[in-house]
Amino acid sequence: MGLKMKNSLIILAFFAVGMALGIIEKLPDLMMKTDFSMFALYGLMFLVGIGIGADRKSWLVMRKIKLKIFLVPLGVILGTLAGTAVISFLIPELNLKEILAVGAGFGYYSLSSLLITEISGVELGVIALLSNIMREVFTLLATPLLVRYFGKLAGIGSAGATSMDTTLPVITRFSGKEWSIISVFSGIVLTLLVPVLVTFIMKFF
Amino acid sequence: MITVLLVMIAGIIAGVFIHQKPKLIKLNDRLISLAIYLLLFLLGISVGLNKTIIQNIGTLGFQALIITLGAISGSVLMSWLIWRVLFRSEQINGLEDEE
Repeated sequence: MGLKMKNSLIILAFFAVGMALGIIEKLPDLMMKTDFSMFALYGLMFLVGIGIGADRKSWLVMRKIKLKIFLVPLGVILGTLAGTAVISFLIPELNLKEILAVGAGFGYYSLSSLLITEISGVELGVIALLSNIMREVFTLLATPLLVRYFGKLAGIGSAGATSMDTTLPVITRFSGKEWSIISVFSGIVLTLLVPVLVTFIMKFF
Repeated sequence: MITVLLVMIAGIIAGVFIHQKPKLIKLNDRLISLAIYLLLFLLGISVGLNKTIIQNIGTLGFQALIITLGAISGSVLMSWLIWRVLFRSEQINGLEDEE
């Protein structure tokens, strides 16, 4: 778990250093002109796929688990889509499709922001990055209160895709150990669905 | 953009063949981290170079915050509903027996 947190900080550091270099425009010409992020993204998606295919444990957990457990990630998906749709009138600058796609990152900020940047452009990509980081941070801070007022699944719901790793400790602590399997399961399902949902919302909505 | 999903599916198929090779899986995890570092670094550069974004970062952050609040509220309410209807009455210890 600690490793995952360290990872998040390194990711953000890379982003921040890149941004600083961009602002002061101290970059080799090559980097300012070439857009090789598309190929890097394809490479990343291939590797992510390998990770999924090779992960025996996730598939086994899914096979063993009761059917109604699927309702947890399904509820998070429907709740996220409905919640973001409801607030969409507050952001007239963005259309519904864009708002739904940002929400469909479920806290998986690295992958969702990269995908959205590629499909829609840097501006929405930045919104996706910030929004999904906020989802993770908010969950880390608010889970104790959420669990007290909205039941044992509330932290898992707020966490979205992060309930399998970065927010798992806080969920386990405040909902109880017996919820950790559901938490990991919901996080795995949502993590798998992020690329699928983001792409489909942007493409077919 | 469907290409992205096809590439991922190709990866999943390739992954099935290496599921008994822990060294390769470990290497794959490392490569994923490196690819994410590289891509976020590049995204950072595009953001830094984009003066419109830098000038409007406050607005973008505010929009992100509103979307986050909507997403979390919806998810928490749905989770509350599911918990009340399906999970509250029942002890979920049954889950652990299946483990």
